Amino acid sequence: MSQPPKKTIPKPPTRIKHYLTAAIVLALLVLSYIQTGSSFMDLITNRDQMASLVIDMFPPDWAYFENIIEPMLETIRMAVIGTTFGAIISVPVILLCANNVNRIPWISYPARFVLNLIRTVPELLLAAIFVAIFGLGMIPGIFALTIFSVGIIAKLTYESVEGIDKGPMEAMTAVGANKVQWITFAIIPQAAAYFVSYVLYTFEVNIRAAAILGLVGAGGIGLYYDSNLGFLNYPRVNTLIIATLAVVLIIDFVSNKLREKLL
Amino acid sequence: MIEFRNVSKTYPNGVKGLKNINLTIEKGEFIVIVGLSGAGKSTLLRSINRLHEISEGEIMIDNESITAAKGKNLRHIRRDIGMIFQNFNLVKRSTVLRNVLSGRVAYHSTLRTVFGLFPKEDVNLALNALDRVNIVEKAYTRSDQLSGGQQQRVSIARALAQEAKIILADEPVASLDPLTTKQVMDDLKKINQELGITTVVNLHFIDIARQYATRIIGLNAGEVVFDGPVEEATDEKFQEIYGQQLEKEQQRGPIGAGAE
Repeated sequence: MSQPPKKTIPKPPTRIKHYLTAAIVLALLVLSYIQTGSSFMDLITNRDQMASLVIDMFPPDWAYFENIIEPMLETIRMAVIGTTFGAIISVPVILLCANNVNRIPWISYPARFVLNLIRTVPELLLAAIFVAIFGLGMIPGIFALTIFSVGIIAKLTYESVEGIDKGPMEAMTAVGANKVQWITFAIIPQAAAYFVSYVLYTFEVNIRAAAILGLVGAGGIGLYYDSNLGFLNYPRVNTLIIATLAVVLIIDFVSNKLREKLL
Repeated sequence: MIEFRNVSKTYPNGVKGLKNINLTIEKGEFIVIVGLSGAGKSTLLRSINRLHEISEGEIMIDNESITAAKGKNLRHIRRDIGMIFQNFNLVKRSTVLRNVLSGRVAYHSTLRTVFGLFPKEDVNLALNALDRVNIVEKAYTRSDQLSGGQQQRVSIARALAQEAKIILADEPVASLDPLTTKQVMDDLKKINQELGITTVVNLHFIDIARQYATRIIGLNAGEVVFDGPVEEATDEKFQEIYGQQLEKEQQRGPIGAGAE
């Protein structure tokens, strides 16, 4: 019964490729570990210092809390404005990049290339550049977050747009819709939920990003981190951490709930 | 009136989709195109409103060449041709009414439609179209809450709201069960008779074709192998044309089971 059939059975494909891949990944990992000079021993031998830092942080300086409400709100405002601008700019970018909306490859490919280029620049670097241009304050931070947001929102949304049902697009072509009507009736209703979901997600990311932009002088709570760490005022740093954590947790929670409802 | 003049279609990979098709479809006819999977039914139907481009020949809609039409002109010809698809092609997240109103966009300015400002007459037209297919009570329901048969009726309403002179239906019942198949085909027939809309339907199965068509066109490998009134489309005739192939197809199961 369990004899193989008489015909020539194809040989199972060789697994060498998989083993080789695993070996290369492992080699890279080991090499990086050696090259960076990192050692788990450091973690153990320096445990006293870590402990003393933690001890220094407690109790947190609750009185300081009042002073950081305003910069905290500033951080949130930066994230809100940066995300909103980014979302607005993303709309045309998405339509240019998605190859089922824009069928001209010599437009969609360069558009994607620019988008990928934007994504390679870390937001902190963007902020540093804008600080150099516009000076200290919230404005460079907002610009940095705007560009950073376009990178995330446009990328995620255009990929989702490429996966939407093409049936309604076909139907709109058949009724004689022009391109704008075609986008309004076939693309937007299908893409809107993804778009809003990714905007919310980007807002979460931007809150965290905005919290450190102050390190390069681009406004928000980051400036306070920088100065308090500089003065070795650990109880205050602890207050900052707790406040940031609370804000991030609340916003993540609300945003997650909203996104669950959307998709 | 739809006229095919020496129409051929060659796919980029060299496969011939349509071979020198010459057909004249008169106003008010109910045509069913039959053929096996891959016979070119869909290509033929979709070439009428240029969802598929043809490689040679010309297609005339009411004595106007859609093959040569461009831009606004092409959109205006398309506006007069309603289309019904196998997978309904509704926007599932939009309401039924909005889906039906989307059939009206080519009548209005871009700005007006983008903001959804359809005139009152259009809304009435859409509601009447829904009423004609007995689904008006679902006007404000989201389309994804409807069953397949209901969704297909909405897509018929969209074609009606479009005030189309021609309705093309590409395997309209292939995703439906036998009972809803009957309802949808009855709706199409009723519209054809009451409003005199020329109707061209692709079907996989000859028995439904005989029930509804006034004229049957048989395709095989991109060629017209039968064209005549229902009375002539006998089992013997089709046996002769499709032979063994047809028998195998019929064995594949009930209506709609073997659709592409």
